[in-house]
Amino acid sequence: MTSSSQTSTQPVLTLEHIAVHFGGLVAISDLNFVVHEGEVVSLIGPNGAGKTTAFNVVTGFMRPTKGEVRYKGTLLNNLKPHQVAELGLVRTFQRTSVFQNVSVFDNVMIGLHRRGRSHLWDTLLALPRERQSERELRDKAREILGTVGIERRANELAGALPYGDQRLLGVAMALAAEPSMLLLDEPVSGMNPTETMRFMELLTRVRSLGVTILLVEHDMPMVMGVSDRIVVLNYGRIIAEGPPAAIQGNPEVIKAYLGQGAKRRAGH
Amino acid sequence: MVEFGQHIINMLILGSTYALLGIGLTLIFGIMRIVNFAHGELYAFGAYFVYLAAMMLGINFFIALLLAIVAGCLMGALIEVTLLRPMRNADIDTTMLVMIGAMIIMQNTEQFIWGGVGKSVNTPFPQAPLQVGPFFLSWLSLFVFFAALGLIGATYLLINRTKLGKAMRATFQDRDTASLMGVNVQAIYMATFAIGSALAAAAGALLGAVYVITPQMGNLAALKSFAIVILGGLGSIGGATIGGFILALAEEMGAGYVSSGYRDAMGFLIIIAVLLFRPTGLFARKERIG
Amino acid sequence: MKRLFPWAVLLVFASVPLWLNDPYLLNAFITTGVFIVAAMSLNLLLGYTGQLSLGHVAFFGIGAYTSALVSLGFDVELLFGIRVVHEPWPVWSGFIIGTLVAGLFGYLVGKLSFRVRDAYFVIVSISFAEVTRLVALNWVELTQGPLALTSIPPLTLGLPGIGYFDFYSKQSNYYLVLGVLVISYVIISRLVKSRIGRAMVALKENESLAVSVGIDVTRYLVLAAVISAGMAGAAGSLYAHYLKIIDPDVFLFLYTITMVIMVVTGGKGTLAGPIVGGLIFGFIPVIARSFAAPEVQWILYGAFMILILFVLPQGIVPAIEKWFGVSNEADEARQNTPSSAKTQDAS
Repeated sequence: MTSSSQTSTQPVLTLEHIAVHFGGLVAISDLNFVVHEGEVVSLIGPNGAGKTTAFNVVTGFMRPTKGEVRYKGTLLNNLKPHQVAELGLVRTFQRTSVFQNVSVFDNVMIGLHRRGRSHLWDTLLALPRERQSERELRDKAREILGTVGIERRANELAGALPYGDQRLLGVAMALAAEPSMLLLDEPVSGMNPTETMRFMELLTRVRSLGVTILLVEHDMPMVMGVSDRIVVLNYGRIIAEGPPAAIQGNPEVIKAYLGQGAKRRAGH
Repeated sequence: MVEFGQHIINMLILGSTYALLGIGLTLIFGIMRIVNFAHGELYAFGAYFVYLAAMMLGINFFIALLLAIVAGCLMGALIEVTLLRPMRNADIDTTMLVMIGAMIIMQNTEQFIWGGVGKSVNTPFPQAPLQVGPFFLSWLSLFVFFAALGLIGATYLLINRTKLGKAMRATFQDRDTASLMGVNVQAIYMATFAIGSALAAAAGALLGAVYVITPQMGNLAALKSFAIVILGGLGSIGGATIGGFILALAEEMGAGYVSSGYRDAMGFLIIIAVLLFRPTGLFARKERIG
Repeated sequence: MKRLFPWAVLLVFASVPLWLNDPYLLNAFITTGVFIVAAMSLNLLLGYTGQLSLGHVAFFGIGAYTSALVSLGFDVELLFGIRVVHEPWPVWSGFIIGTLVAGLFGYLVGKLSFRVRDAYFVIVSISFAEVTRLVALNWVELTQGPLALTSIPPLTLGLPGIGYFDFYSKQSNYYLVLGVLVISYVIISRLVKSRIGRAMVALKENESLAVSVGIDVTRYLVLAAVISAGMAGAAGSLYAHYLKIIDPDVFLFLYTITMVIMVVTGGKGTLAGPIVGGLIFGFIPVIARSFAAPEVQWILYGAFMILILFVLPQGIVPAIEKWFGVSNEADEARQNTPSSAKTQDAS
């Protein structure tokens, strides 16, 4: 399969000269990259390279110190997270990506929030529109649980699910929010190989729905398997960018990873 | 002008005891992350203890003060062990409600034992006020001011110069790391709550001799302590000290130049204003977490 | 069976004035009912959005004073010699205006104070309540201060074609309170089972995750605050017109605590929780007053609250549901997904 960036060259997400400072600490120094419509792009790099910070900047959880983030032309810099989600840019989180004390079904219902059509008065007066909207949401929730493959667990508490299923539910919730672009923060970390395989299949399905995907991940076989393009970060800047094959052999990248490995060993 | 000077003198005396209250609470809130509604009751406890010791048992006033501080310390340790230790992993709202329960029990126990009529303590200081230029101040107030300053200084040294203080500061910074480095967090929590409570009891013991002691005196004291902590920023002794004086100043000015009925509203207006416009407190540089 | 249960409970309570003639007990039922409405309103904030408002009594008191003043009339001089004279209006308009004004304060307080969370929000909310108490105490021209507002008229209801009715007797007040309670219950129940309620629960459970799927934090927290404050204001209005006298003590922190104890004991975040907790703490004084002084009653309150937090931190209602193995949520989820009912039974 050829890179989809050739079939669709429309850039949807652009980061220009993004810098993030915490006090005196530089988390990201000067980040520039674009993601095209329908692409699967992975953001990789050693721990502390600024990947999650980049995610937070894109999704409105952090304000960049400098630079501009745009999604389909809209400037995201001053938007709140829920406004970013309104634009169709939806993220998942590294660890807790589900509402633990809520049933699996209701987790997806919460994810469907944006699609509800009833207003406060419909709810308070129990008007037909309320019932109709709720029925539609429930149908949709069942459909999404089916897509992700955890419909059998709909009635369980999300916190009681095995780890892999929780991650799948996290993606189900994100899908429920009708994303045109999905940002996944280390979705397969902590998954066993079978679960990872299932997840990769799910990604392919999501992609076929026309959703653009930006991925932060450490699992290299998965990154190499699903990505059209890879962006490598180290110390808050890009050190390499290109299709998986080119990244695999890039000496800078190998050095960055080895360097970290060496440091980690020395630290213990 | 004379009136203004008199307000400043009152502010200094009131502020020094407010600072004690605030330091006690800021240690507890900062280190243990406990919103201690019982703080005001320890203040009342200190006051009643002095009344019991000095007026009923005939113990020397100064020794009664010292005993009240020790009793406050023990009371704090007792509350920590019985009510807070079992709730260590509960969320902040739950421990807050537990402390509200403790507040209700303590306050009504005071009411039950001592009744609703105010009590006052006689002190060995001369009744005749001391005149300095156009200003009047009592020997007792002077003593309260310097005793409070002494206690603030002692606490500052305890936190900054002793091994215990170092462990407390480490726990404030990061409980898990402190624990890994061999700090006995359990013991630090107990010490923190005991010291914080002792300071509240000290403030009550000192002010109890100036004002009338009632079972309700703790209500406003707890809320005022929150105002001081919020003014001064979390876990800062210097901040709490300045915060105590600012609150006292606001109250004196509010009572003197606005309306005496709104004296107690000053603390709350300060809380609302600070939290809305500068939520990290006036003096804290560190960002608040959580 | 489960669907019929609330109706059965309602029927039992509707029958109370028919067999209970003791005015003291009826009075206890009425004031308990008023506090249950207030506790239910607090539960919307505390139980569903997770925001502990310890200044809730402010809305209750604002509703009480506004409603009383609208129906009594007042004549005050504001700053710069501006004089406001208000002639007495019909009492039912006092009830509505009291509710609305309390809701408006809920909006303002929510808009301002939800910038801070946790302990800071709690402290802002208490501060607000204490300021309102001091205003009620010191603005003597408007509120009579500690002398209290007296001779507050009872609520009246004039319906065209049916006639004119005033809630003067204990029996009629009982039904009035029960009616408001049922309406409040229905409002909260519809709210929490809807998209709005799910958004609130999502914010309580995990705010970052909630906003990431497009839930507007401020909007839903403020909405909860408005509805909650309005409902507390309605309860306050009922209280004022029932007691016919209201003083600044209505703003006491202890009343907020009473509401919090009711919610926490019954089970925060459950529909029945405030009712169960409210009945328990509404009637403890009735039982305890025979053998204990008021301060001893309060000591028992405090001890009971601590005990509940230690033993049943989730409250009584969730514990009962667990005991019987039925959870409302699981029940509803089962209705939501009939296709999975079989797998549920099989497991």
